[in-house]
Amino acid sequence: MKIKYLNIKKIEGPLIILDGVKDASFDEMVEIEVEGQEVRKGKVVQIDRNRAIIQVFEGTTGMSLNNTRISFAGRPLEIPLSKDILGRVFNGIGEPLDGAPLFSGKKYDIHGRAMNPVARLYPRNFIQTGISAIDGLTTLIRGQKLPIFSGDGLPHNELAAQIVRQAQITEGEGENFAIVFAAMGIKHGEADFFRRSFQQSGVLKKVVMYQNLADDPIIERITTPRCALTAAEYLAFEEDMHVLVILTNITSYCEALREISASREEVPSRKGYPGYLYSDLATLYERAGMIKGKKGSITQIPILTMPNDDITHPVPDLTGYITEGQIILSRDLHQRGIYPPINVLPSLSRLMKDGIGEGFTREDHPDVSSQVFSAYSRVQEIRSLAQVIGEDELSDTDKKYLEFGNEFEKQFVRQNYDENRNLMDTLDIMWELLKILPKSELTRVKPEHIEKYMEA
Amino acid sequence: MSNVGKIIMINGPVVKAENMEGFTMREMVLVGEKKLIGEIISINEGIATIQVYEETVGLKAGEAIYPTNKPLSVKLGPGIIGNIFDGIERPLMDIFDKGGDYIPEGIGLTSIDLHRKWKVKINVPVGQELKAGAIFGEVQESPVVRHKLMIPPDKWGKVIFAEKDGEYDLEHVLLILDDGVNKNEIKMYQEWPVRIPRPVTKRNPISKLLVTGQRVIDTFFPLAKGGTAAIPGGFGTGKTSAQHQLAKWSDADIIVYVGCGERGNEMTEVLEDFPKLKDPRNGQPLMNRTVLIANTSNMPVAAREASIYTGITIAEYYRDMGYNIALMADSTSRWAEALREISGRLEEMPAEEGYPAYLPSRIGQFYERAGDVKTLSGEEGSITIIGAVSPPGGDFSEPVTQNTKRVVGTFLALDRALAYSRHYPAINWINSYTGYVDDLRDWYRGNVSEHMLELREKMLGILGEEHKLMEIVKLVGEDILPDDQRLILEISKVLKTGYLQQNSFHELDANVSLKKQYNMLRVIDRLYEKALAAVKKGVPISLIREEKLFYDIISMKYNVPEDDEAAFDRYIEQIDIYFDPLVSQYDKGGIRYEDKVSEH
Ligand SMILES: Nc1ncnc2c1ncn2[C@@H]1O[C@H](COP(=O)(O)OP(=O)(O)OP(=O)(O)O)[C@@H](O)[C@H]1O
Ligand SMILES: [Mg+2]
Repeated sequence: MKIKYLNIKKIEGPLIILDGVKDASFDEMVEIEVEGQEVRKGKVVQIDRNRAIIQVFEGTTGMSLNNTRISFAGRPLEIPLSKDILGRVFNGIGEPLDGAPLFSGKKYDIHGRAMNPVARLYPRNFIQTGISAIDGLTTLIRGQKLPIFSGDGLPHNELAAQIVRQAQITEGEGENFAIVFAAMGIKHGEADFFRRSFQQSGVLKKVVMYQNLADDPIIERITTPRCALTAAEYLAFEEDMHVLVILTNITSYCEALREISASREEVPSRKGYPGYLYSDLATLYERAGMIKGKKGSITQIPILTMPNDDITHPVPDLTGYITEGQIILSRDLHQRGIYPPINVLPSLSRLMKDGIGEGFTREDHPDVSSQVFSAYSRVQEIRSLAQVIGEDELSDTDKKYLEFGNEFEKQFVRQNYDENRNLMDTLDIMWELLKILPKSELTRVKPEHIEKYMEA
Repeated sequence: MSNVGKIIMINGPVVKAENMEGFTMREMVLVGEKKLIGEIISINEGIATIQVYEETVGLKAGEAIYPTNKPLSVKLGPGIIGNIFDGIERPLMDIFDKGGDYIPEGIGLTSIDLHRKWKVKINVPVGQELKAGAIFGEVQESPVVRHKLMIPPDKWGKVIFAEKDGEYDLEHVLLILDDGVNKNEIKMYQEWPVRIPRPVTKRNPISKLLVTGQRVIDTFFPLAKGGTAAIPGGFGTGKTSAQHQLAKWSDADIIVYVGCGERGNEMTEVLEDFPKLKDPRNGQPLMNRTVLIANTSNMPVAAREASIYTGITIAEYYRDMGYNIALMADSTSRWAEALREISGRLEEMPAEEGYPAYLPSRIGQFYERAGDVKTLSGEEGSITIIGAVSPPGGDFSEPVTQNTKRVVGTFLALDRALAYSRHYPAINWINSYTGYVDDLRDWYRGNVSEHMLELREKMLGILGEEHKLMEIVKLVGEDILPDDQRLILEISKVLKTGYLQQNSFHELDANVSLKKQYNMLRVIDRLYEKALAAVKKGVPISLIREEKLFYDIISMKYNVPEDDEAAFDRYIEQIDIYFDPLVSQYDKGGIRYEDKVSEH
């Protein structure tokens, strides 16, 4: 029989401080009984002699020093998993939200361990998303972690839904894919939008949702993505599935982390976020990838909103330092009515270099994309010059660049929410647009490719 | 047993224990029943603070702390090259072979394989007096690395036993030395505490270029053998790519690559690519001269702090054999942040941006371990340290960048705007600098050309002038400039696209010899001189900027193979053939075009 502890010393924010504890282990789960009935969960976050500091997942509301009993589970937070999770919805600590129990003989520690770099398989397979700005210029690779950096009010949800709908995650027409969706601090409406969109694209049976919505206990926001990623690892590496994980919203996740850190009176780092935010985020993002000898893969698309559209804010900044690139949405393009409003210049796919070109996509892909980047970055300079001296005063070449820039945004970046372009079309549009520029400006593409793809 | 401590506090990677009187500061200890590896970082009246190099999940108050009676050390011997270790030198390949897709805790203090047999040659007879650090034998560790067996720096004496040549494992006693007091057994490996620099006879002045095959570096911001360099830049600007390029192509004998708090896939990439890439100097797979230390961002943070020291200690060991080592640390910011995190958990008084007050001295001490030296055995060896720096928000005014900038010799500043336009490597030629040019003057003269540094300065001058002109162009456009200034812009374009940009995926461009670099500069210089002469004669810029000629020069990097020197003379000829008649036409007062300058 487990010992039940009654002598709570202090309750503070999401934390309980308990004295006289004999056998607590670091990071272990506890069960908290309030008023002799309701059971909440928590975990040990610090041990100091026989005092334990416990973080309560569902929050400490309603607890008092004498109505609460605590018992220690002897293990870290574990969730049951089986293939039956597909099509189901769970809360942030992995309990089913749809009433029905989940049958499974096996439980998994949600923290996971660091993947051995020797065990990793370097991701090299291109996933067509049907979105030109992504496929052409920030190519998504299976097993990659590629976040969307957005801002409040920008259509990141639509973009993520479009990716889920159109992405060819499996080779050929395979059925062995799954979508793991972790909702952290998003509104009910947003969660509904995703659910509807999964339904419309007929994948709902392939989706596992772990959700901690805006009005759910903040502390479970920390475990939500970990449950989701544990499920993803199970599906990918035990059930051989190609898994696409959507984590949204990372900014809410980080705010929850900050709140808990503050209540523990930890020394804050930039903007009040804890000094370990980088390491903490890494324990989420690094759970993407592939493993030697396993058939499945985990591709992550985390979504975050940049406070004040500021990319140097710690949340996007530290994310960018961990993920394998980023897709950045621009308010300016959005206001000009361009969907998807992807600002291609600061966007980047780091795994693209090994997954495109001859034998992967098409031989001209690396050079033509580099040329487009170079030209479009020149467009930005010329636009600011034009604001100073007026468009009429620009040189002829500069005027061509302006035209290129406008057409690029209209014909290449812009596409419909339900438009699925194949990669060859995407590449051809790039060549078509480059025709606008004088040939002498095309210094990054090979003359034989110009002949073959532009002049043909 | 009395010499066992007891855990009283657990806070993430930091643990406190009591009953620690018998332990020493910086001692390596085993923590709890799982025997996690830890290091004592402070002792105060019997209470010790320990940083733990493994996950502390499941640890309990009351569990024991066991001594090892030695500071955090690494084993140094054959079996390091071609291998990958974690931050405290545990072999990740072995862990994988034993089923470790994920890294479990409590795997103990494994290191290089002590049971593997190596063919040993012993070079000293019984009776010989050996000094500390003396070389007594060798092992062919990889096809390119002859591993010299050395007497540890703290042992010496007369050889009273010497093993015959043969195949032995690492634990086999190869020599016995009598130092008059003790008889010391010498094996194929030694242990060394990572935080203490290995001693040398003396430090030499910097005098040799570390050839990297990267034009912007070798020509403009050179690295020196024994020197130090930092590569700061915001995320995605190309620090890791630059480090990988250096690890591939620099002319060091041995590469120590420390992945410190970065991505798992980046280590995997090296593990997959390096065995396939050939060292241009000997045709051998690059992995045969490379060792990796990996503490990825999701591995325990305390081991991140140690990984840098593990790496540099391994580098010093091979340096002591007389090799030139290049050590890449990606990223030193993660190491500094690990220091900060541990310091925070110790509730130390934070200095700038939460970093502990000892951050600057730790950074300084680390880079101090680079150098060109005479080793204890009298060999010449060197360590070059190249550290990536990841400033928050890409802002170089933060403490890690600033404190690093103060101590390194070469500063390769990466630039977001260049990266956005996919100008790679995105090294900003205005903000970067090197302090080694004077030390390397003779080297360039002797190994490249007398004129190399002249050309370097001239081209840097042109790029500097362009930078100033662009400030004006941004406000008024380019057309208003006089033609000699527009020529500066045109030549800078050639330099930027044709020279500074280097394509790491192009067979001919990924790695370029200094000879080719010099020849390319020669061609660009000729273009500039001829064009300038033409401008002075009044030839308009539209005629000077001959499309085909400029295009050919910009793409010469892709078209001239390393050994085709004559090709460069052909480019020079092509330039002369275009400009000479043009200029003479103008000399004779031939066709005159409207001079654009006078229009405005
Ligand atoms: N020399 C280069 N040639 C071609 N592409 C490059 C080069 N340098 C950088 N890149 C591109 O930029 C991407 C990001 O570079 P890299 O991963 O080296 O950045 P980083 O500075 O290390 O970023 P982080 O701080 O996030 O680790 C690469 O994946 C590659 O696509
Ligand atoms: Mg990097």
